Formats: sequence, structure tokens, C-alpha cells
Amino acid sequence: MTKYIIKRILHALITLGIVIAIVFVLLRQMPVEGYFNNFDKYTPAQISVGLQKLGLNDPIPVQIGHYFKQLLQGDLGTSNKYREGYPIAKIIAKKAPISIELGLISLVVALGVGLPMGIMMARSTRTKYKLWDKFGTVFIVVVQAVPSAVYHLLIQLYGSELLGVSMLFDMDKKITWILPIFSLAIGNIAYYAMWLRRYMVDESNKDYIRLARAKGVPAGKISRVHIFRNAIVPLVQYLPNSILFTLMGSLYVESLYSIPGMGGLLVQVIKLQDNTMVQALVLVYAGISVLGLLFGDLLMALVDPRISFTKKEGAR
Amino acid sequence: MTYRGMKSRELEASLETQLKQQVDPAAAYADLTEDELFTPATYDPTGAERGGYSNYSYWGATLRAFFKNKAAVFFLCVIVVVLLFTFIQPLLPNQKSAKTINNDPVTGVQIINQQPGEEFWFGTNSIGQDLWARTWAGTRTSLGIGFAVACFEALFGTLIGVLWGYVRKLDFFFTELYNIFDNIPQTLVLILISYILRPGVGTIIFALCLTGWLDMARFIRNQVVIIRDRDYNLASRCLGTKTSRIVQKNLLPYLVSVITLRMALAIPAAIGNEVFVTYIGIGLPTDIPALGNLVQAGRLLMSQPNLRYQLLFPTAVLAVITISLYVVGNAFADAADPKNHV
Repeated sequence: MTKYIIKRILHALITLGIVIAIVFVLLRQMPVEGYFNNFDKYTPAQISVGLQKLGLNDPIPVQIGHYFKQLLQGDLGTSNKYREGYPIAKIIAKKAPISIELGLISLVVALGVGLPMGIMMARSTRTKYKLWDKFGTVFIVVVQAVPSAVYHLLIQLYGSELLGVSMLFDMDKKITWILPIFSLAIGNIAYYAMWLRRYMVDESNKDYIRLARAKGVPAGKISRVHIFRNAIVPLVQYLPNSILFTLMGSLYVESLYSIPGMGGLLVQVIKLQDNTMVQALVLVYAGISVLGLLFGDLLMALVDPRISFTKKEGAR
Repeated sequence: MTYRGMKSRELEASLETQLKQQVDPAAAYADLTEDELFTPATYDPTGAERGGYSNYSYWGATLRAFFKNKAAVFFLCVIVVVLLFTFIQPLLPNQKSAKTINNDPVTGVQIINQQPGEEFWFGTNSIGQDLWARTWAGTRTSLGIGFAVACFEALFGTLIGVLWGYVRKLDFFFTELYNIFDNIPQTLVLILISYILRPGVGTIIFALCLTGWLDMARFIRNQVVIIRDRDYNLASRCLGTKTSRIVQKNLLPYLVSVITLRMALAIPAAIGNEVFVTYIGIGLPTDIPALGNLVQAGRLLMSQPNLRYQLLFPTAVLAVITISLYVVGNAFADAADPKNHV
């Protein structure tokens, strides 16, 4: 087990290193404009001095080495267009809490709505008309099939009219929080409802459930105690990841409602062509997803003793 | 007589007949006619030739299962009609070009933001272009992007997946490669590529192709590894069946459902990604009519209630296409799965 964990962490580090190197090299192919504020005002001499100062005239491998060294000291660099000369780490520290707060609330909403919905759908598959199941399926199909970029727009448009609030987010007015949270949650609601329904239907066809039914255990108790508990296990594994990913925020929803969080930030700096910011944020994003996968794998190995990662896969 | 008394009488009678049967089996069947009794079969030489052949055909069973699903058939019709119309529309009489800016014939002023009406079915946009023509031209562009990506994903993903699963020597290499690249979120790749390269149809297709095939290859690989050493494949190999035939006849039917499902879902996903990239300002140039551009143009005007049609029409067409593809793809995947063919 320890061996597996060490191997897995090393893997994650190597991956992160490769991603950083690739992003660095790619961004260096961009015009150098992205490293200066007010590029047009500079003379060629000033530009070359500036590049020299940033160490961007060295050969690419040396530059990557410098960048890694800088990162190891915990320095993400400084912004140059978004906020000239301001350390990026500080900007992120200011933005991340907003994304995390919104993300966590929306996750709670998603679980609070999605799980009961999944249970209702699974239970109604045993009734005559399967009404709940049909309604739920239509909802899930619509949410999953229509691109999120489109339904978020419609939620913003009609939601703000319905609630009579402005389309934009305001930290101090709690009522403006409703729509972004709903937008963030709706995809997860469909996701949790769909999988919980599927796992519960699978589970309810097993022999021990048939026995419980034959024994005369009330239907409510069967689905609550026997089916639900077994069906929720595969879904629980995603939870730590979902919590971790709230840090990234949603690129689209945050910039749609102009929420001052992490997701909106990346979109903003891309529009501004602030290369150092793009680089740092991509690094943070990649780091989070690498960490999330690592976390998920380790958790799976801990939770379910039947899963073994030390053996070669598929060698049954 | 009480009900209980009747019941006990019945029970007694049946017990008695059972007892009789045990003593003398033939007596129980005495009231049956001669031809209902067991007679030995005669030897039939043609019967020995009869094999275990059943009339099963893979595609026949798939289609039968698919057409049983009424909702799927309905959406299939929808998608066929929409697709046909998308390509026929420019050939119909009295259609305006998607890029022409319409001027008022009398005053010569551009007809901007005209409400939907007889002349312009979906109205005109903020510079006087016909939204009806633009919507269908945009659908063509977006479907083209989606289809190109889906085809690439299916071809390349299947090829790599089968190699990865079937050739044991390549397994290590591909697995390590996958472990590295799977960690990079797709949105990031999409954003970075669109940020670095010049915006255009080619860039978007390239960026989407770059990431999509990986999952597909992984899934195909897992399937191939599972099926590869099943007994029937072992038997085929022992009988000297060629590898190409094993892949075609034994492996592919299992994979068809996955491949078609992923292809059907890749198109809506590509359209969604296109809308997203356009939104953050690194998508297609605004002069190319595409659903992403239309939705973005509509978004900018959506706070004015009387101009909302510019968002709603493209959105409605987009929703119809994506939902139909999703339902048809899922239904076909279920129907194509040999496990559901009994």
C-alpha cells in the first residue's frame, strides 16, 4: 500500500512537471506582448531590456528551469496586465474563497435535490405509470443533452426576471446568489439523480432484496435501509473530488454573473492576454485536477479493501 | 357446508390420487387416450445433420430492438428532417444569403433588429442580416465541426484502443501516456489551443480532436482486454481464425454500441464547447455563421425583451438537435449491445 501511494504521488509530480513545461513552451510561442502592460508605448530597446529582466531571452530549457526554481520557492510570479506588478498568489488568495463558498453551497443543493430525486425515480419504476421516473428522465436528458453554455444563459435570463433581481452577482445581496448556485447545481443534480437511480435499480433486482420483500419488509424501509446504502457507495467516491474542484469555480457561470472568483479570473486574463497570469492559473488548475485524481484513487483503495492497485491491472 | 369442510375434502381426494399413482403409475394415466401417451421416436437421419444454427443476425436484432423504442424513433425522424432541411435550405427559392446585409429598398437604410415577420422569418440581427438564413448556415457549420470531431474520435480512438488492448507489448507505453495526459482538464487544452492558435474552424476541430480520443481509446482498450481471452475467442484462435476476422466478428459487435454512443454525444459536446469558446472570446471569427456565434450575439442583446428572439431562435434549433442526438445515441447504444438481444 505504501509503495503504491509513493508511486502514485511520484506519478502525479511528474505529470504536473510535464504539464507546466508544455504550457510554458506553448505560451512562449505567443507574441511577447503578453508580458508587458501598454506594449505599444515601448521602444524596441525597452522591450529587449524588459525581456532580459524577465529572463525570457535565455534558451527555452533554461527558462523552464528558472520557472521551476521560482515555483519551488512558492512564487507564482507577478501579473502584468490584470494588475501590474501584483503577486499572483495574492490575487488567487483573494479570489478563491468566493469560488469555494459558492461551490460548496451548490454542492449541498445538488446533493439535497439530486439524491431524493434519484430515490423517487428508482422507487417509481415499481409503480404502474412510473410517473416520477418519466419526469425525472426528461429532466436528466434535457440537462445532459443541451450544452451547459446554453441553459445557463436561459437560467440567467428568465431566472432574473422571475425573481426580479439584477442579472449580475452582488456579494452583499443574498438574493443574487440564488441563480448562480442553481446554475452550478443543476448539472450535478442531474448527474447524482441519474447514477443513484441506475445503481438503485440494479441493486433492487438482487436476491437479498427479493428476500426482504418476500419477508414482508415495508417498501420504504427496503429502499431506505437496504438499497440506498449499497447504491450510494460508488457515488460517495466522487464527493471529495467535487469538494476539491469547487476551488476552480466554474469558468462559464462565474464570468456570466461576473462573480469575482477563480473561474471568471481565467476568462478575464485570457481576454487581456496576460501571459504570466494565464500560466499561473493553468498551473493551479492542472495541480488541482492532478491532486483530485490522486485523492480519489487513494480514497478508493482505502475505502474498498477489495480494490488492489499494487497488482497489475487486468491480470486476473 | 362450511368452506373449511370443502377444502379438507378436496385435499383428501388429491392425496388419495397421489397415493394411487405411487402404487400403480399406469393407473393415473388410464383415462388418457392412446395418442397422448409417450411413443418412442423413430430414427431420423436428417435430424443428425441439424446444427445449432439460429436465424440470428446482429444488425437485424439491433434494428428490431431500436424500432421498439417509440421515443427514439420519433427523435430519429426529427434529426433526419432537421439534417435534410439544413442542407436543402439554401437551395429553396427566396432564401437570403447568410452574410448579406439587407437594406431597405426605398430608403437604402440597413434593416436592423427587425422583428420576425413575413419577409424575415426569424427577424434580422443588429447589422441587418437575415437570422433565418444565419441560423441554418450556423447549424451547418456547427454540425460540420461536431461531425468531423466525432469521426476522428471514433476512428483514431478505436484504432489506438484496439492496438492498446490487443498488442500486449504496447500496453505499458499507452498506459503511461494515458496516465499523464488524462490529468490535463479538457477545458484547459481547449482554451490554451484556441488562445495560442489563430481562431477558426480548423483550430476548434484540432483542439477538440486533441483530447476527445483519449477517453474513447481507454474505454475500447478495457473492453478489448475483457473480451480478448474469453473462451469463444480462444476457440476461434485455436480453430485458426484470422485476427482480422476475430476483431471484426467477435470484438466489434461489442464495441459498436460504445462507438456510436460516443459519436452521437461528441456532436452536442462539440457544439457546447464551441459556444463556450466563443463566449470567452477565442472562438470562431464573428463573420462565420455558427451556432456559437449566434448564441453569443443573442446573449449581448438579451437584456432587451423585444430583441430576445435573436437568442431564442438559434437556441431552440440547437436544443432540438442536441436532444435528438442524445436520445437517439443512447437508444441505439442500448439496441446495439448484444447483451440485450435475447
